[in-house]
Order: sequence, then structure tokens, then C-alpha cells
Amino acid sequence: MATQHSRSAARIMMAPAVFFLLVWMLVPLCMTLWFSVRDFRPLRGGDNGFVGLENFVRFVSSSAFWPAILTTLMIVGGVLLISIVFGVLLAILLDKPMWGQGIVRILVIAPFFVMPTVSALVWKNMFMDSVNGVFAHLWRFFGADPVVWLSEVPTFSIVMIVSWQWLPFATLILLTAIQSLDSEQLEAAEMDGASPLSRFFYITLPHLSRAITIVVLIQTIFLLAIFAEIFVTTGGAFGTRTLTYLIFQRVLESQNVGLGSAGGVYAIILANIVALFLMRIVGKNLDK
Amino acid sequence: MARAVTTQRKALNTAVAWIIGLLIFFPILWTILTSFKTEADAIANPPVLFAFDWTLENYAEVMERSNYGRFLSNSIIIAGGSTILGIIIAVPAAWSMAFVPSKRTKDILLWMLSTKMLPAVGVLYPIYLLCIQLGVLDNRFALVVILMLINLPIIVWMLYTYFKEIPGEILEAARMDGASLKEEILYVLTPMAVPGIASTLLLNFILAWNEAFWTLNLTSVDAAPLTAFIASYSSPEGLFFAKLSAASTMAIAPILILGWFSQKQLVRGLTFGAVK
Amino acid sequence: MGRITLDKVRKAFGEVEVIPPLDLTIEDGEFVVFVGPSGCGKSTLLRLIAGLEDVTSGVISIDGADATMVPPAKRGLAMVFQSYALYPHMSVRKNIAFPMKMAGIPQDEQNRRIEAAAKALNLTDYLDRRPGQLSGGQRQRVAIGRAIVREPAAFLFDEPLSNLDAALRHGMRLEISELHKRLDTTMIYVTHDQVEAMTMADKIVVLQGGVIEQVGSPMELYRTPRNIFVAGFIGSPKMNLLTGEEAAKRGAHTVGIRPEHVTISTTDGAWKGTVGVAEHLGSDTFLHVHREGATDPMTVRVDGEFSAKHGDTVWLTAQEEQIHKFDADGLRIA
Repeated sequence: MATQHSRSAARIMMAPAVFFLLVWMLVPLCMTLWFSVRDFRPLRGGDNGFVGLENFVRFVSSSAFWPAILTTLMIVGGVLLISIVFGVLLAILLDKPMWGQGIVRILVIAPFFVMPTVSALVWKNMFMDSVNGVFAHLWRFFGADPVVWLSEVPTFSIVMIVSWQWLPFATLILLTAIQSLDSEQLEAAEMDGASPLSRFFYITLPHLSRAITIVVLIQTIFLLAIFAEIFVTTGGAFGTRTLTYLIFQRVLESQNVGLGSAGGVYAIILANIVALFLMRIVGKNLDK
Repeated sequence: MARAVTTQRKALNTAVAWIIGLLIFFPILWTILTSFKTEADAIANPPVLFAFDWTLENYAEVMERSNYGRFLSNSIIIAGGSTILGIIIAVPAAWSMAFVPSKRTKDILLWMLSTKMLPAVGVLYPIYLLCIQLGVLDNRFALVVILMLINLPIIVWMLYTYFKEIPGEILEAARMDGASLKEEILYVLTPMAVPGIASTLLLNFILAWNEAFWTLNLTSVDAAPLTAFIASYSSPEGLFFAKLSAASTMAIAPILILGWFSQKQLVRGLTFGAVK
Repeated sequence: MGRITLDKVRKAFGEVEVIPPLDLTIEDGEFVVFVGPSGCGKSTLLRLIAGLEDVTSGVISIDGADATMVPPAKRGLAMVFQSYALYPHMSVRKNIAFPMKMAGIPQDEQNRRIEAAAKALNLTDYLDRRPGQLSGGQRQRVAIGRAIVREPAAFLFDEPLSNLDAALRHGMRLEISELHKRLDTTMIYVTHDQVEAMTMADKIVVLQGGVIEQVGSPMELYRTPRNIFVAGFIGSPKMNLLTGEEAAKRGAHTVGIRPEHVTISTTDGAWKGTVGVAEHLGSDTFLHVHREGATDPMTVRVDGEFSAKHGDTVWLTAQEEQIHKFDADGLRIA
């Protein structure tokens, strides 16, 4: 709905953003693809030539690959489960009338703004430390032996740290979605004789389904890429190596760029599968 | 419709919500409190919540030892620079998409979003290599550009959703009134979109401030922002709880405050307008 | 001056042709109303004249000069939008001044014109307010003020009254008509409301599906509608349209009888029927009469004092000389 003149102006105004993002996407992507089919080790002679798909095969067949996938799935799945279940409950609670709602909301959302490196460090040292951590004090208070969190239950510990950071996000989005629920619908259901529980399952939850899907997809994309939390706490030890961390180690720690790039290609494919679903939903939203 | 709720019911809601809220907030509160303790109080058994000797010595020590000022200014330059650069590039693009949509607009928007989903680790080495080759490893400007590119899709999307709410008729009126494209954007669109632009600035500043992949992997000394400053405490300094807390508090305080102001925009920005 | 001619103007959005080639001449000083149901292309036509949309083919000329490719601001036209499109961040004064500022008109001349417009539109006390602090009618006046100060060759109005309530709408209708008489400038006015068209226009253009169904003065359209569409669209309440036996009797496929051209009697007449709903307007009453053997009720205008209850039996007679006849294609039979 516009004239030729404004359309050509629009194209020019869009050009910088499109150009920069195109370069940002294509150049590294092509380089990664290029490295992934070469034996490229900067510390051992640099580029040792074309090796076909060998890196891809080696990355998958390495003993670290499947455990890394499993860890990734456990962390992503665990955080999603915790943040969605508690997010829905918290959102419903926060939607209820109470005193100081605004302050509670601020308290609940705060962890999301904490730098990942800070939250990882604070949890690691001040809470999970087996001698002086808050949890150790708590355990001793109840007469139990303090847990050495990051080596005894390392994956669970990381899930806990990351959940603490992402629960606020899920809560905030679900709360926004709940507030958009027409209360007349709930009142109509109440008039129709629906119990609070069936009102939740037949009205509130279906209304939230879209927001839940969006939370799942967005968190998945961010969670697949979590890095600082592992970097700072376990450094990938005790079986907390995720796919992202494995690739990071291959590339920067063992300087095997070819192998790491092949892993990078796998990570890109994985993220794209998730992204595809997210884009569908967001795209549908655009049509409205 | 608001409905009358019994006082007991409201009191119960309030109590439960406050307990949960304080539990979730506790790690932050504990960090802030510990930052004012002496190292001995910080590891006291049993722990003390408020009844300790308040001291500022941790802050003084952190400042003195690790050149906090440089990390802070790097954080401000990187987060601020990338946000402002992003806005300058994104405003015209969002204008185009919101007011002169074509059949491809939707595809371009989704494509932009898809670049955001490219896992950073997948392109870590190429970027690392490019930075070395261009001599910009550990360089603030390089990080400004990289973080701008990472957040550009979100900036464009947020501005797009805000611009879409401005009626196109107003811009058409400006066009009929003889405003050029530049005047239309400068005198009409931008002033009307000030709240939207402000919240976009805010959210992206926060995201850039907390970004901890590129800032950790592409900096060492000169360009290192607060994320790296804190990471340097992973060990063995991390065992000094009070100093760790002071450093942490200094790293998160500015952004926590900004974050509280922008909660609403956060929902919109991070869900690309899919939840309002 | 403001003579606008459209020569074979055609508009298509991709494959969809919204306006097939169309010719129209608007004379200087005329008040022309484009009227039609929503989606008939009337707003698109106005936007083509404004230059907010490109024509797909054809020529638009303003005062004899080809304006087809001229950008909107250079056409010398002013537009009043349906949503008023006021700049919310500017005061009323700045809103009105904006087009003059863009045109680089000197400050004292700007002030002179603002004062004059504000006086004419009763806005003097509101010049320093923001649009958000004004009522709907006042916003409408600001939008008009912004158009007036440009001293345009023609004013374009895009459904300007549709956001106002009924009482205000009537007042603004008079104000705009008054403005036209005073300025004597061409005005093109788009509406879906045939009452606005009838009461304001010098010339009405009835559109349907992008095609001009008829052009003429309000009374021409009322007296001699060219086809069934115009007959049904112009006039309130709607013309009664009868087909079948009644039409065949008069040598037509369809006959149309306006409610005001039916006489009613409680004793005798051509058609017997029972009274359904009666809408009392005070001065007039519209009766919906169910004729024996007919499916649709017939609307009849009677005097406000006429008393009829639901279920009463009445007789109706049409005034033969006022009956409109249409053929099978819906065209008027002369």
C-alpha cells in the first residue's frame, strides 16, 4: 500500500540492516563449513588439507559426543520442566489479588537480570560450597552431611542454577499471557458450574498454551547455547560437558578447528530445527 | 472485572507470594548483604543475616585490586555503543517494514530472527580468526560491532512492533503536508515512538551488558568488560566470599535497576511481540 | 483553482484489479462525494488522487497539468483523514503550522493563517493544547484547520465523520458544507453514508466494485437512478423492490417504489396487508407492512400522527407515476 517512490526509499533504508546481518551470517557460516571438511589444527601445522566428512564422523564417534548430547538434553529438559511448571504456578499466584504485588513481581523477575557469570559464581561458592555454603549450613542444621554439589550431583546443580535464571523469564511471559485472559470467560465457566481445577485445565491452560510454546522455544535456543554457567562452575568436568562446551573445548582448548567446526555444524542444524518451529509460531502471529 | 475477595484470602495470597518472592530473590539479597561483611563474618557458622559489622572495605579492596573502573567503562562502552549503533541501523529498517510492507517483509523479518538463532559456538572459530587477522582481538570496537549484530534482530523486531502501532495515516498526513522522508521520520515518527525506542534501548543495553560468550572468548585485558571481571573470580579468589560479593554486586547493580524498569518491554522484545 | 480529471485511471494490487479503467471530471469549486458500500474502491480512488498510491495506468491531471507522477506534497491538495491523523506530540498550533513549516512559509504569515483558521473553526482557546486533550469534534476541526492553512487547490476528505457520534456528525456536516460555501474550493469527500452524500454534495459519484454506477446531483440520483444498485443505495429508508407478477404487470423485471410514494388506507387499496413493526420517528412513522402473498415486508412512510398497531389490517396503493422500472439486467427502463 504505497507508492513506487516510498517503496524504493524503503528498500534503501532496509539495506544496511540486511547487509550487515547477511555478512554476519554468511561469512562465518561459510568459514565453519570450510573448516569442517579440513584437517585444520593451528598448533599442528595449520591447514593439513581436505579430509571430506572425516571430522563429522570423528566428532560423532568420539567417546565424548553421546554423553555431551545426553547432558545437553538433561540440562535443557530439566530447566524447561522446572521453569514451565513453576512458571505457570507462580504466574497464577502473582495474578491473584494481594498486597505489594508490584514488589513481589520485582523480586521474582530480578534473577533474569543477573549476569550469567555472576549467578554461576555466587551459586557455586556461596551456596553450593560444601564447607561454607548456605546449603552446607542448612544441611548441618538439620543434622545431615553437606552435599558436595558440583561434583556429586553436577548436572542437577547446573540445572538448578540455570533454572533460577530462567524461571523469572517464564513467569513474566506467562503472567503477561494470563493477564490477557478475559476474566468474563472464567466467570462464565464458574456460572456453568466448573470447579477451580477444571477452570484451570479447560480455560487457563489452553489460553496459556501459546505462551508456553513460545517460552519453550525461546528458552531452548538460549539453553542450547549456555556457556558461562559451565565455564565458571565445573569447566566441563564431572560430566557437565554440553554440546556447546564440547565444541568450545575442541576449538579453543585443543585447537582442533576442523573437528570443532564439524561439531559447530551439528549445533547449527540442531538449533535450526528448534528455530523452525519458533518461526512458524512467530510468523503466524505476523499475519494477524 | 475485579471481584471482591475476602481479606483472609488476600492475606494468604500475599503471604505465599512474598515467601516465594523472597526465596527467589534470596541469592541476590544474600550477595548484597555479604558484600558488606568482613571475610570472617561471611563464612561465620551459623550464618548471620543482618547482625554483623557493616563494612565497606570489600568494595575498597575490589576497586583497588582489579581496576574495576576499566571493566566498568568497557561494559558501558560495549553495551552502550552496540545499542546505539544498533538503533541507528534498525530505525530505518523498522520504518520500512512497518509502513511500507511488501510481500517479502515477513520473510525478511523471520530471516533476521533466524540469524539470532545461529549458535554462537558454531561460528566461534571463524570470528576468532577474523578478529586475529584484522588485529581486533581484545578490541572494544570489535565487540561493539559483534554485540550490535547479535542484538540487531531483536532491536529491529522491537521497533517494528512499536512502529506498527503508530497509525500509517499520520505518516501519510505528514507526506501530504509536504514532509520529506527524513522530516517524516525525524519530526513525526521518532517523537511518537520515543517510549518504544527508549525501552528498546534499555532492553538491548541489558542483553549486551550480560552477554557472556563473545565477551569471554574475544577479550583478555584491554576490552574485557564486567563479565570477564567476574569470571576472573572463579578461583581461588572466589573463596573470599565478601570480596566476591562486593564484585558481584558492583557488576549487577546497574543492570538490576535498569531491568526492573523494563520488565514489560522484556516480554515484548524477547517474544518478538508474540505475547503481549 | 481545482479542476481534477481522471482519464482511464486504473488500479490493480498485483493480480487484483480494484479499479477498472475509469474516467471522471471534477469541476473547480465542486463538492463531490464518492459514496458506496465498504470495499467499493472509493477510498482507493481518493488516495490515487492524493498521490498516496500509484495509479497502475491512466492519467490524473490537476488544473490541466499531468499530476500522475507528482509526489503527494507537490499536488497542492490537502487531506483530512478518517482518524484525523493529528500529530499527538505537537500542540494544536504546531499541528496546524506543520504543513506551512514544511513549505517554508515565513513565520508571521504562518501566525496570520493560524489565527484566521483558529477563529473560523472555534479553536482559538485550544491552540496550546495537545490533540489528546481535545474532544472528537475539536480534533476534527484541527485536522480541517491543518488543511485550510495550506490554501490547497482541493480538499480531500476520507470518511471524516465516521468516528464521531451521531449528534456531532450532524453539526460537522453543516460546518463542512458552510466551509465549502465560504472557501469555494473543490472538495472531494468519501463516505459510505448516503445521508452525508445527499445532504452535502453538488455531485455524487456512486461506486461499486471499483466501477462508477452513476454520477449526478443528489436529486438526479434520487429521481432517476440508473440501475437497481443506485436505486437501493440512495434514499432512506430503502426503496421497496418488487419482482414477479407486480413487475411483469408493468412491463419490467423489477419495479421499485420508495416508501414515501405509497399511500396507505384502512379501508381499501391495491394490496391488502398486516402491519408489522412500526418505527416512530415523531414527524414520520415507517411501517413495515406484510402484504398478502409476499415474502418481504414493504416499508411505507406515513405521517407521524397515523396510528397503527401491530397486526392491524391496512391497504396500500403505489403512486403509479413514481414507480421505477428496471429490466432483467437491473438497468432502468426509461
